[in-house]
This record gives sequence, C-alpha cells and structure tokens, in this order.
Amino acid sequence: MRASLLRSPSPLPGFGLSFGIMMTVLSIVVLLPIVALLGRGLAIGPADLWSMVSSRRILSALALSFRAALIASLFNLVFGLALAWVLVRYRFWGRRLIDAAIDLPFALPTAVAGISLSALYAPNGVFGKLLAPLGIQVAYTELGIWLALIFIGLPFVVRTVQPVIEECDREVEEVSATLGARRFYTLRRVVLPMLTPALLTGFALALARSVGEYGSVIFIAGNLPYQTEIAPLLIVIRLEEYNYDAATAIGLAMLLISFAMLLIINIIQIWSRRRIGDV
Amino acid sequence: MTRKFSTGAHGPAQGRLIRRFDDGHIADDVNAKTPAGQDAARADSRHSALRAVLSAGHWRAGLFSAVSAIGLLASSVSGAHAQSQVELLNVSYDPTREFYREYNELFNEWWTSEGHEPVTLRQSHGGSGGQARSVIDGLEAQVVTLALSADIAAIAENTDKIPADWQSRLPHNSSPYTSTIVFLVREGNPKEIADWDDLVREDVQVITPNPKTSGGARWNFLAAWAWALAEYDGDEEQVRAYMTSLFQNVPVLDTGARGSTNTFAQRGIGDVLLAWENEAFLALAEQGEDAFDIVVPSVSMLAEPPVALVDGNITSDAQREVAQAYLEHLYSPEAQALALKNFYRAWDTSAASEEDIARFPDVELVSIDDFGGWGEAQPAFFGDGGVFDQIFEEQ
Repeated sequence: MRASLLRSPSPLPGFGLSFGIMMTVLSIVVLLPIVALLGRGLAIGPADLWSMVSSRRILSALALSFRAALIASLFNLVFGLALAWVLVRYRFWGRRLIDAAIDLPFALPTAVAGISLSALYAPNGVFGKLLAPLGIQVAYTELGIWLALIFIGLPFVVRTVQPVIEECDREVEEVSATLGARRFYTLRRVVLPMLTPALLTGFALALARSVGEYGSVIFIAGNLPYQTEIAPLLIVIRLEEYNYDAATAIGLAMLLISFAMLLIINIIQIWSRRRIGDV
Repeated sequence: MTRKFSTGAHGPAQGRLIRRFDDGHIADDVNAKTPAGQDAARADSRHSALRAVLSAGHWRAGLFSAVSAIGLLASSVSGAHAQSQVELLNVSYDPTREFYREYNELFNEWWTSEGHEPVTLRQSHGGSGGQARSVIDGLEAQVVTLALSADIAAIAENTDKIPADWQSRLPHNSSPYTSTIVFLVREGNPKEIADWDDLVREDVQVITPNPKTSGGARWNFLAAWAWALAEYDGDEEQVRAYMTSLFQNVPVLDTGARGSTNTFAQRGIGDVLLAWENEAFLALAEQGEDAFDIVVPSVSMLAEPPVALVDGNITSDAQREVAQAYLEHLYSPEAQALALKNFYRAWDTSAASEEDIARFPDVELVSIDDFGGWGEAQPAFFGDGGVFDQIFEEQ
C-alpha cells in the first residue's frame, strides 16, 4: 500500500528525497514551534489558560489588535484592489517605479517603518504638523496603529490580485458593455466575481500579518495599557517577567482567534467559488 | 502592602546616600542554590535529544532530522575544543555601548602589558531584560553587565550558571559604576520643572519608558515613589494617588530608554523626560547643550548596574582568568576614569579629570536596598498585578 502511495507520480525521479526534505524542513520550521506552543498550553490546562487571558487588560489588548488588523485589512482590500487595477490596466510614467515600491514594506525592517512613520506623524513631524491644527493626532493613538498595519499589509492584497487581473481578458468587459451593461453593473457582476477568491486570499494574508505585527506598531502606538497596548506587546511584557505560561496563554488566544478568522474567510471563499464557478 | 526599608552596605559613588526610612529590615532575597555539574548536565541533555530524535526513526523525515541533528551536535562538540585564542563575550544593555567599546581597548592594552596574549572581546547590547533572557536561553556570555541586579539574579535562578551569592563577589555590590535618575527638560525649562511634584501638574507631560519592558523605567518609577513616600510621610494611599496622576500625564510608554529619549528629543513630545543621568548627558552631548537642560530632583535613586561572571559558560581556566580580570579591572583607577568620562558615577576619582568629576551634582539618593532589594521590589511593583498594574487599573 505504502509503496503505491509513494510511487512517483511523474516521470522525473526524486519524490522520496524531495518529500523527505520537505517534511523535515516543514516540521522544524513550522509544525514544531506550533506543536510546542500547543503542548505548553495543554500542560498549563484550559482553566488556568482562561484565567490568564480573561483579565480586562489582556482582553482590551486582544480586542485592539484584532480590531485594528481588521480595519487596516479592509482598507487594504479596497485600496489594494484599486492600486493593482491601475498598475495592470494603465500605462503611465513611473508605473514600474510604483510597482517596485509596493514590495518595500516586505523588505523594510518593520521597526524602521515604525520609526519613520512615527517621525512623520508625530505632532512635530512633516504630516503631523499639518494635521495638528485640525485637531487630528495620528502618532500615539489608535489611528497610528491602523496606519502602521495598512503599511505592512498593503503588498499582500496587491500582489495576490495583480496576476489575476493580468489574466482577465479585457474582451469580457467589452462584451458586457456591448451587451448593454452599464459600467458599474459590469464591475459588480463581471469583474469583481473573477477577483473575489484572490481578494479574499490577499485579505486573509494581510489580516494574519497585521494581527501579529509588533515591530512597526510599538513605535507609533503609545503603548498605554487599555488604550493603545497591542496583544503582541503584552506577550513581550509577560516574557520580560519570565512568565512564560502567561505569554503562552496570550499567544494561544491569538492563534485560536486567527485560526477561526482564517477558517471563516476560507469558508466564504469556498462558498463564493461554488456560487460563481472556479475562475 | 507593607514597605520595608533597610540600611544597605554601601554609600553611593558620588553624592550622599540618605536613608530616612529605617526600620532595620535587612534584605535576604536570593535563595541559595548549588550550581550543578554543568558538563554532566550538558552531556545528559545531548543524549536525551538524540534519543528523542532517534525514537521518531521510522519516517524518512525523522531520519533526515536525526542525521542533521547528529551533524549539528558533532560540530558543536568539536567547535568547543577548537578555540585557541581566548574569547570573551560581554552581554550588556543599551547605554553602555560606548563605554565598553573604550574599556575593551583599555583592558587589552593593560592585559598585554602584563605579559598575556591579547584577548578577543566581543560585546552585545540590547534591552537589559531581553539580554538576560538571551543568556537564560543559551547565549554563551562569559560576562554579563546589566542594568539591574534583578536581571542577573534571574539568570542565576533560571539556569544555575551563576551562583546565588554572585553580588558579593565584587566590591560595591558588584557595581563598578552607578548612575541616577534625572529630569531632562527643554532649553530654558519653560514649564519651570524643579522637582517631582511638578510632574503631576496638569500642564506637564512626562515621558518615561514602560517599567514592564525597561530596566531604566523601573528606576524612574521607584525614584518617584521614594520622593512621594517622604513627601507624604509614608501614607501609601497618597503615594499611590501621586503615582496615578503622574502616569496620567504620560502620553507615550516606549519599550526602552532609548525609545523614550527619541520620543522626547526627536519627536518633540512631552515637557520632561525621566532618564538615566548618563543618557541625559549623552543627549546633551549629541543634541547640543542649547537644546535641553538637566534638572536634578531633590531625591533620586542610586542605580547600581551590576556585573557578573557567568561561571556556567566558562570553558577553560584561561578563559576564567581573563573574565575575572576583565571584571576586576573595571575597578582600576583608569577604568573608573573612563566610566566618569562616559557619564557614569564611578567610585575611584583618582585618575579622572576634574571636569568629569565636577559634572555630577550632589543628590539625595535612595538605594534599592531601601525597597528590600530587587527580589522584593520587582514582584511587588512590576510583577503581574503589582503596583504598576494597579495604577492603570484605577485609571
């Protein structure tokens, strides 16, 4: 049985070897840390875990982290789509430059991004100075957290949607137009359904990244308990207290909520595929 | 919570140490542990790691990881014996970067002049607590020079690599230099901040890092507490009320001292920065004397950043000799002069320049021993549910 399962599905040799390498690396890099976290959580026990997570301070930090990540990712969903659309469909001066710049948040160390953003948006910064007279303060408020999360999450949506738009034939839209559909109707019934799976993937990636983001946020957040303190910072705080159990508890809570959210997004994705067909 | 204050064994380096809270309590915060035989323990853990890997054997995957693990173990075993020249890793915290860079040169000059081979000295810097955790998690530091004795005590408790009595192995509580907490205000002191009571005024914004993540911030907190305790005759209700309104004036809690200095100096947030004295002088030196003023409060903390030999990470007698000398030489007149030059209050001023000594004003200093030592103060003030957490709970 086993031999037939492992029989090479392609004329090229090396399934055994590549499967072995894949499993080893995957276990060491991804599975082992997660299993270790879960194992540590199991050793603590659900009752203690809950009592460690259910303090008002941790709950408000968790709520802030997920709320900010959701808002930033929703923004990126809309803005990222527009950006990808413009980059694919139009030719203009500097297009390649902008296209390259989108990957910048991937490459830039997040702490550097956080420090630059807080320098720009602090009340004496370039943008902060303009916003201050209007009574808007960005740095050291929740607004600043959104900004940092929008920055680090943007490339995920753009880079997942871009290739799909490139593959969409323009003729489809033209056909829709010649059949008498208005522009908005074409967008809603023809274009968006084709992009939905990619958009959801990009949204999920951006969301997952934002929830756990630490480096860029702590510089612009203000870090005040109950107000601008994110959950990853609380994990670091617990570690500073050598309280590995409480850090594990918060980590597990974040893992569970993230898992639930990704599951919901996947279900929506499956549902939308079934409804509009696989594109 | 009851506060116990005790008379410590040492006075401060520069300045008067005044103990107004004296009910004779003497701290005994380090529980005795015998250091285990390191090599035996290490060999044991290697065997069990191997066994764990091999028991996963049937899988190709398991075999792969077993092979690579054996390779790693073999290389680490041979690596330990391959060293010829003596190497030291000094794991320290952020503000000492410049000082130890200069001290390493000074030490090597002295060491070779004594007829020894030169030593390779490496240094690592970061937040004090994080650095302690790296050593706990296996960073092979032979020497640690951290911001708080609590951080070194944590290494001693969690690893057995440092004996419990480490703080008595070197003079002055193992602190070759000390510092204190001062106020950095904007040029000309526009808000006229003179002492701790000005920090709770409604028009004053205070910048301090988070005591949970920053060693320096713990000194800030305790300095304010010590002043308030004297001011309100030990009435803890009033002290807490003072601390609560102090933290209501804090708009940003950075995670480290350098972050707070940036927030205050570069971003222009806040009217007063609670800072290490050496950081405040450094800010003056870097930003220019006309950007900020230093205000010395009436009462402050005697901050004693300690140093220790990490016995568990010593691999040879030669290395132990160097590491020992490296720490002891910190107390030599030349090294002390260097510490003074780097804005630390040092004990021995015999080789220092007049200018470096004159820089430090006289302050009333309260020692951590007056709070029962870090073993008692750390959990009571900064632990989970401690005073700092309660202050935010009340807001």
